Amino acid sequence: MFDPIWKLALGLFTGILFGVLLQKGRVAKYQVILGQFLLKDWTVVKIMGMAVVVGAAGIYALLPTQTVSLHLKPLAWGGIIFGGLFFGFGMAIFGYCPGTGVAACGEGRKDAFAGVIGMLMGAGIYVVAYPPLNAFIKQFGSEGKVTLPQITGTTPWLWVITLIVLAAVFVILTRHNRHEMRTNR
Amino acid sequence: MKNLLQKKSWPPYLVGAGIGVLSWFAFLTADHPLGITTAFEHTAALLDKSVAPAFAERNSYFDQESPKIGWEWMLVVGVFVGSFISSKISGDRNAPAVPPLWEQRFGTSETKRYIAAFIGGMLMLFGARIAQGCTSGHGISGTLQLAASSWLFTAIFFSTSIGTAFLLFGREGRKNV
Repeated sequence: MFDPIWKLALGLFTGILFGVLLQKGRVAKYQVILGQFLLKDWTVVKIMGMAVVVGAAGIYALLPTQTVSLHLKPLAWGGIIFGGLFFGFGMAIFGYCPGTGVAACGEGRKDAFAGVIGMLMGAGIYVVAYPPLNAFIKQFGSEGKVTLPQITGTTPWLWVITLIVLAAVFVILTRHNRHEMRTNR
Repeated sequence: MKNLLQKKSWPPYLVGAGIGVLSWFAFLTADHPLGITTAFEHTAALLDKSVAPAFAERNSYFDQESPKIGWEWMLVVGVFVGSFISSKISGDRNAPAVPPLWEQRFGTSETKRYIAAFIGGMLMLFGARIAQGCTSGHGISGTLQLAASSWLFTAIFFSTSIGTAFLLFGREGRKNV
């Protein structure tokens, strides 16, 4: 039931760093999350985008050294589509995602505590209803654990470099916008 | 270091890059992507097993999964602790129970906000477990591995959230952000 103590300590350490980053990134705040969904505050996209670009470059660079291995989630159509709908609807009402919800509790936000208890409830419903849910999801089929490069028969670096270029364009464009906003005021 | 922690916020790109590097660290040291919701699922499963063992006995979930208090469980504890430390040092802990944007649209009732947060959290986690990932597990860890499932999940949840947010707050609410 328990991982070895060194692994628990490592998890705690990694989590503390993650928590500090989320809190300093201001994504443990309702206003910032909803501001993103109302397409006004782009903090969430900036953080997620940069994390993905930096993360992808590093993981794919490390992959040939065999010090890391991929941990992909299967593309089960029913699970991904219905899960995404439930998740998106619930997150916009709650105003935090699972990680930032926990971080918002750490920041002392009372509404986040109510949501985290709800999260535990949602997980409970999933566990209790697992047999029929699993059967329901299975009927939509699954593509298995596949990456975009595998599906398209391309090299991962094509995707990583495209992501880097897109990120660079986004940074330059939004910088220009900020400048525009400043000068307009 | 102390000075850095005393700041209320860091630039988003820097935070994003930090999370990217942290995910290298997680892959290298624990052979695990950053993710939050498996820990919730395992906690619920362990509770189910201890509260209603006979009921859990018949659930095929326990044939497929072996819930445990592991690396990911401690990761969640760590996120709480890290955010607590960070907000304590920077004095960023005075958020009201009802966020201002919510208040302008749905009133000052704390109970109303708590009920909505509870239901929202419940639906969100349920969705995350069906899809086997959340904003961290799919949105960051999965997309950075270029997983097809994660890119699809992220596109669906983000558009659903945008649609829901506009339904809830409309263009009028947008001005209050």
